[in-house]
Amino acid sequence: MIPLSWYLVVAAGLFCIGLYGALGRRNAVNILMGVELMLNAANLNLIAFWRYVAPAQLAGQVFAIIVITVAAAEAAVGLALIIAIYRSRDTINVEEIDMMKW
Amino acid sequence: MTIVHVVFIVLALVTLGGAWGVVSARSVFISALFLILSFVGVAGFYVLLEAGFLAAIQLLVYVGAIAVLILFAVMLTRRVMAEEARLINEQWGIAAAIAGFLFVALALLGVGTEWRISTAAPPADSIVALGQALLGPYVLPFEIASIVLLVALIGAIIIARE
Repeated sequence: MIPLSWYLVVAAGLFCIGLYGALGRRNAVNILMGVELMLNAANLNLIAFWRYVAPAQLAGQVFAIIVITVAAAEAAVGLALIIAIYRSRDTINVEEIDMMKW
Repeated sequence: MTIVHVVFIVLALVTLGGAWGVVSARSVFISALFLILSFVGVAGFYVLLEAGFLAAIQLLVYVGAIAVLILFAVMLTRRVMAEEARLINEQWGIAAAIAGFLFVALALLGVGTEWRISTAAPPADSIVALGQALLGPYVLPFEIASIVLLVALIGAIIIARE
């Protein structure tokens, strides 16, 4: 049996790569891809803990399904926003979308 | 080192390699393709963790819907980003440092803690149990997720409308 810590390390690596992608890129779609990686890492953690700590209760899987649902909704709205911004400002470089900066 | 360990290492390489490709590809389109690879790797992990229904949902929703949506957005905004030279922010150094530090902290936490591993087995018919859980004790999150999807649907249509 694979130790639980292996799954946690892989999920931590996935989360940190997604975090770097969300913080260090200029294209708004790239940032959204980083956020999706972070959500996948959290889901992987959830399912690993479900399998190793409480396999008889389905709470882990239900939680993961809800997270996937919310991630899908957020990706849809986020991409709609990006398309609307592109239509009005002709750029999706987040360094140039700074109208709300003080 | 059994076959399960080998499968795990292969899946870990696929997932983390795909994630690394997302953040270091030279074009947004290649990043989206690496994202699909990463999603498939995570689905493989779900199969390894005996959550087969979740693996199917991961492929259907993430690869089939979210990744396709991201490809749509990449294609609809392609003319602009083709002229940009760099895809990396000016704060990528701090971002890399924070991500590295967080990875070390999380990995130490994951490896060093004594988790209470349970020896119980997962439910034999897990899809039936999952359905009963979603409509039984967890009916409230289920209904709220439906409302979230409805609101997101309406919102995305209104925002992306001409």
